[in-house]
Amino acid sequence: MPRGGGWRPGARWARNDTQNGVGQAAAIDALPAHQRPTMREMGRRSEHADHPFKAMPSDEGARGGGGTAMPSASSPMAVLQGGRLTWARPMVLITRSGQREIITSACPLALDLGLHPGMAAAHARALVSDLDVRDAEPEEDAAWLERLALHALGHWTPTVAVSGHDGLWFDLTGTTHLFGGEARFCHRLLRFLSRLGFTASVAVAGTPGAAHALARYGGESMILLPPKEEAHALADLPLAALRLETGALNAAARFGLERIGDLYPMPRGPLAKRLGLSTVMRLDQARGMVAEPIVPVTAFETPSARRQLLEPIGTAEAIAQVIGDLVDDLVVQLQQRRLGLRAAHLTCQLVDGSEQKVGIGTARASRDARHLTRMLVARIERIDPGLGIETMVLIAPHVEDLQASMVAAKLGRDDHAPDLALLVDQLSGRVPPEAVFRLSSHESDVPERAIRRMMPLGEPKGWPAWARPSRLLARPEPLSSVIALLPDHPPRRFSWRGGTYRVVAGDGPERVHGEWWRRPGEMWAVRDYYRVEVEGGARYWIFRRGDGVEEGTGDLSWHLHGVFG
Amino acid sequence: MSTQPALPSPSQEQLDALRAKLTSARASRGPVLPFGVPMLDERLAFGGLDGAGLHEVAAASSKLSDDAAATLFAAGIAARFASSGFTVLWAVSRFDLYAPGLEQVGLGPSRLLYAEGKKDQEVLAIAEDGLRDGSLACVIAEVRSADMTATRRLQLAASDGQTPMLLYRRHRARDQCPLTQNSSAMTRWRIGCLPSAPLPHPGVGRARWSVELARQRGGNPFSLDLDACDDKGCLARPALSIDRAIAPAGSANRAA
Repeated sequence: MPRGGGWRPGARWARNDTQNGVGQAAAIDALPAHQRPTMREMGRRSEHADHPFKAMPSDEGARGGGGTAMPSASSPMAVLQGGRLTWARPMVLITRSGQREIITSACPLALDLGLHPGMAAAHARALVSDLDVRDAEPEEDAAWLERLALHALGHWTPTVAVSGHDGLWFDLTGTTHLFGGEARFCHRLLRFLSRLGFTASVAVAGTPGAAHALARYGGESMILLPPKEEAHALADLPLAALRLETGALNAAARFGLERIGDLYPMPRGPLAKRLGLSTVMRLDQARGMVAEPIVPVTAFETPSARRQLLEPIGTAEAIAQVIGDLVDDLVVQLQQRRLGLRAAHLTCQLVDGSEQKVGIGTARASRDARHLTRMLVARIERIDPGLGIETMVLIAPHVEDLQASMVAAKLGRDDHAPDLALLVDQLSGRVPPEAVFRLSSHESDVPERAIRRMMPLGEPKGWPAWARPSRLLARPEPLSSVIALLPDHPPRRFSWRGGTYRVVAGDGPERVHGEWWRRPGEMWAVRDYYRVEVEGGARYWIFRRGDGVEEGTGDLSWHLHGVFG
Repeated sequence: MSTQPALPSPSQEQLDALRAKLTSARASRGPVLPFGVPMLDERLAFGGLDGAGLHEVAAASSKLSDDAAATLFAAGIAARFASSGFTVLWAVSRFDLYAPGLEQVGLGPSRLLYAEGKKDQEVLAIAEDGLRDGSLACVIAEVRSADMTATRRLQLAASDGQTPMLLYRRHRARDQCPLTQNSSAMTRWRIGCLPSAPLPHPGVGRARWSVELARQRGGNPFSLDLDACDDKGCLARPALSIDRAIAPAGSANRAA
């Protein structure tokens, strides 16, 4: 009863046809979402109705009012795993083909509303106004599936294959006892997937085809099929469960064949003639009459080479010999897989169980055995063999694609520059890798900032052709007792490092403004650079802080910054 | 009193063997790089710098200006060695080079690879690696001291890799020329700053250096005053005052 004991005529709770609220609620729940009566229609019972103008959707993407969890883009399925979530917005994923937008998948709520994959998105929007439409990302889905397959490979079974765009095949032969049987394994799998936010269904069958069909069309989240039951279990499933081609499905629909069981009594010859030989093959594969190999995914294997030594070694020559053998083994692997090495670790296991490790890196992907051997041999002195080395392992943790390259014809003059990568690698072994570098220009007028270090194999850029010294002081040194005319004349004389210099000629000024975007103190700062020649022939690069007119540009102090030749 | 026995006259085979040895010794030298200044090239033993040998450069004094001049002299030679697009390796232990200045004598950033070592030993080892690699146009190493063994190693590496080597010796003490150390270099240069030629207008003219060859194999030392490197790294003979174009009257010393 509503508050106050009164009742409104026409209120649904007060109608005579339904006696109890429980049956009514069940009836309402059975309706599709868009046909359910609103709270206002049903009358005020447990909570007040929202003000019709209060819960306007905000412009920022989040729904105003209500505690609804929006399906986030990262785990759109998370909302769906909890069973009936009647308060969520129906969501569909669409793909564009030409001008049309087609629904590729729909959430259970949207399926309830009558939206189905293959429908035009405009049609769906017309049917359901409050529809969440997102773009399908098949590449992302495939990447997820691949990750799941690799995880399964490492944790559950050694043979895993991706099946279609939405499933995985596990070869469970001889593995489920590790998890306590097939049923417990399947429960564990489903729990794992639900933690990740996926709804899944599992079917265990004797053939890949039967498992594929039962997992998708079986109607239960977990099916464990006893052996030799495939034909019986598949009989009632639709033909689409057999992974048939579209043409075969259409032809079967014309002939009135709907269930897989309809195909069993048919003679095979006419069946193959009308629905194609592949249909017969799929049927036989699903029933286990023809073997169906699955192509398992393989995890990327890090190229490595290993040598177990007959006797412990300790001399540099012996280590170099083993290094040469290891590199030869590794280079063969790299050649077969078209890879080039960027980094390698050499691990030496000693007799006393400890390990010695050295590493190399290359500036460019390489599988040149001579070069790699030379780089590793140069690091032998860092290995302490102790009582002797009994195993050596060479691993390449960082590799890159390296296709065969064409050898340039040696015709005429060979005047193109040789490859520096080998030299850079060799120098990087002698000094730290960052101590081998090139200098490139940086867009700044301040001289000490115009230079940037870069990788030795990069393409550096040059500088504008203003007069610049060949050596620059680490920081400008102040000059004393400077006699100069303001604002734009070089000084007549100055003192620096205990000597007095009389200037005989000067060029300038070259004005450099401060970079206000770096420091607020450089907002108005100015340096006026002069190139001066003093008596005796020395040529210096000096500057004055400030332009000599405005007070805020600098304190008019003089500094020496570089030396010309 | 015994008379000195007369030397036996060499046979034809001996002479031929000696001549073959001489030819092979000459062939082991790299291509010679002339300076393009006749008065300098004709005083050098091979008409230029040996392209597979060790050459030393030092400043005439410990002043920074002479140091900078010697740097540019070495950079100019390296730029002319690298004119075919090859790369120059510059190994230093204390980095105070200013790359835009080096670009102005023709040694652009794309032709120059730097390597920084902690000590002279590391710098010399880097230089030797670069020489033996053989893919460089020239190697420059800045060291404070390098003894006879080190220079001999560099000379051998340079002739093995057919790569010229410029050893830049920095001053250690104020009044001690670094070129007094023994060395097996082909040439040893000492560079100092001279006043530039006065211009008919205010400004600093083209720099001028005193280029002194302190020692060379197979030749005599000499000293010359030359104009500094231009943007290709080429030195020039200073224009004599009688050859110089006469400045228009009244333009000199008008300002400044």
